[in-house]
Amino acid sequence: MRLTTTVAFAAVALFGTAAQAEDINVKLGVLNDMSSLYADISGPGSVIAAKLAVEDFNPAAHGMKVEIISADHQNKPDVGSNIARQWFDVDHVDAILDVPTSSVALAVSDVTREKNKVFLISGAASSDLTGPKCSPNSVHWTYDTWMLANGTGKALVKTGGDTWFFLTADYAFGHALEHDTAAVVTANGGKVLGAVDHPLNTQDFSSFLLQAQASKAKIIGLANAGGDTINSIKQGAEFGITAGGQQFAGLLVFVTDVQALGLKTAQGLVLTETWYWDMNDANRAWTKRWQAERQDGKFPSMVVAGVYSATLHYLKAVAALKSAADGKAVVNQMKAMPTDDPLFGKGYVRTDGRKIHPAYLFQVKKPEESKYAGDVYNLRATIPAEEAFRPMKDDNCPMVTN
Amino acid sequence: MLPMFEVFGIPSQALFGQLLLGLINGSFYALLSLGLAVIFGMLNIINFTHGAQYMMGAFAAFLLLRYVGIGYWPALVIVPFIVGVTGIVIERLFLKRIQKLDHLYGLILTFGLALIIEGLFRNYYGSSGQPYGVPESLQGGRNLGFMFLPNYRAWVIAFSLAVCFATWFAIERTRLGSYLRAATENPALVRAFGVNVPRMVTLTYGFGVGLAGLAGVMAAPIYNVSPQMGSDIIIVVFAVVVIGGMGSIMGAIVTGFTLGIVEGLTKVFFPEASNTVIFVIMIVVLLVRPAGLFGRSA
Repeated sequence: MRLTTTVAFAAVALFGTAAQAEDINVKLGVLNDMSSLYADISGPGSVIAAKLAVEDFNPAAHGMKVEIISADHQNKPDVGSNIARQWFDVDHVDAILDVPTSSVALAVSDVTREKNKVFLISGAASSDLTGPKCSPNSVHWTYDTWMLANGTGKALVKTGGDTWFFLTADYAFGHALEHDTAAVVTANGGKVLGAVDHPLNTQDFSSFLLQAQASKAKIIGLANAGGDTINSIKQGAEFGITAGGQQFAGLLVFVTDVQALGLKTAQGLVLTETWYWDMNDANRAWTKRWQAERQDGKFPSMVVAGVYSATLHYLKAVAALKSAADGKAVVNQMKAMPTDDPLFGKGYVRTDGRKIHPAYLFQVKKPEESKYAGDVYNLRATIPAEEAFRPMKDDNCPMVTN
Repeated sequence: MLPMFEVFGIPSQALFGQLLLGLINGSFYALLSLGLAVIFGMLNIINFTHGAQYMMGAFAAFLLLRYVGIGYWPALVIVPFIVGVTGIVIERLFLKRIQKLDHLYGLILTFGLALIIEGLFRNYYGSSGQPYGVPESLQGGRNLGFMFLPNYRAWVIAFSLAVCFATWFAIERTRLGSYLRAATENPALVRAFGVNVPRMVTLTYGFGVGLAGLAGVMAAPIYNVSPQMGSDIIIVVFAVVVIGGMGSIMGAIVTGFTLGIVEGLTKVFFPEASNTVIFVIMIVVLLVRPAGLFGRSA
């Protein structure tokens, strides 16, 4: 009796230390714009989302330890790739999260592949990330330019908006968005009358708006984001663009942008998102938790929701493999397991690294329709998961074709 | 109807429209560079906080509307005063102490202050911006034949021209202005005549900063009211001041409007270069006339 107890104790002690020693350490790095035009879309909000995901995953129950660090890439590809390199080489980061601004994301993707780590993309939009520039080390989670173009572009052409003029932000994302939307417009029988490229972070859009006005296009497609989109729409209202019968298509509009514009200016705008905080009870409950951390009354964008969802799935994959060391293996595991979380529901990750879920076509409410803070969208249509993203055969992704 | 002709493939109508738009943007450049020129000319301080103070003006207008219900027109009077007072506080607390040191100290101090102010606003209000509408009485616009001119923009041109002229007149043509200019040249002598020079310096800084606040209120209805709106425009404004000649009031006004037009035209002929064209001009001017177009060479 006494002997067995001692043995049992010893065994427990042994197992205990063994389990401790085998604790899987995972380090996540949230890399995004913390201080400039995309900071409200992602920024500190994404860090909170990642924290909530870790909390819900409960690493201790899986014998894991998860640490989150964050940094500001200032929307500069060189800054972004330098931080990524330092994180992988010096700080032993296993996965980089978020990374809005497509040009930075493309740079970080290259570094991640070289170091065989994991890149969970939520903030960046360029569909090239699962197209010609696809990588076995990346999962592109929340949305992309093809999906935005397909959602908003198709809906508007089908309802009579068959001539387009683009205001395009002059960098990777803007060009990708314009290119993808133009393809959708022409494929559905519409016509592109022209486009003008404006520098990123422009204050005054009146010159560009007059050019758009002169084109007589029915739809002015805004292939830009954040402050640029806000300034375009605000000044467009002033120049009588909408009053003159032309309509804006916000190709990438976030809930935070709508609040910055105010419903009076933004009303009627049609846009596509994959997640809206007020869609169902699960989203609302999560939003409450997120806002409690954030404490400034802002509402979470689809980007931060995507960071949550991607982090959760990544941690599940690491738990299944019992290791985060081999980035490619973790991503393969993420592709092998179906996804399931409170915010995006059930879905999956495709061979090209594209996460698949439905997309939603929203229209911004009139001021009198909005009943409480953040009540900004009417749901116009749901685009089923199978149709929301670019079919793999059109990817030109080397991983798929070979 | 204006006669139609083409310049480099651009129809004349579009061209006139762009010239007018350039003039509108030029009004903001002129107003902001005017404040900078006044501060530099009178105090020899390179005020890098100017962009943040312009942003504070726009935010003050937004806050007055949201929390106190005070609209655009009263804000146009109240805000420059409030922002000017914050400027006076900064002058009394910091700038006064480094007055005798090299320019560089003032530059670094004001630059640091700008970063702090911007960071504080971002912390409390986020980066995506706040809504602010065009005042009721200036909504709508008129068709000029070659373009649709919003009433508000017409107001911006008229008002900023008036403010610019009044400032120039006050400094170059009045007795108070002559005291100011004299105090810059030889403060000891002016003090000997019984003029309170330090107080005059403080008030001048407050006035220059108030001009930035005024530009902020005027910008609120048309630009996104966000913490980084100042840093977006201030670099351009500095280029304007350098081209015009540091400290030259007339230089700041004329260059502000002119460069607005040049930038506007670039947006038609080569849009991608529109945010660099001013700096190219700056480099050329510095090579040919290092003191600026209107500056007196030292």
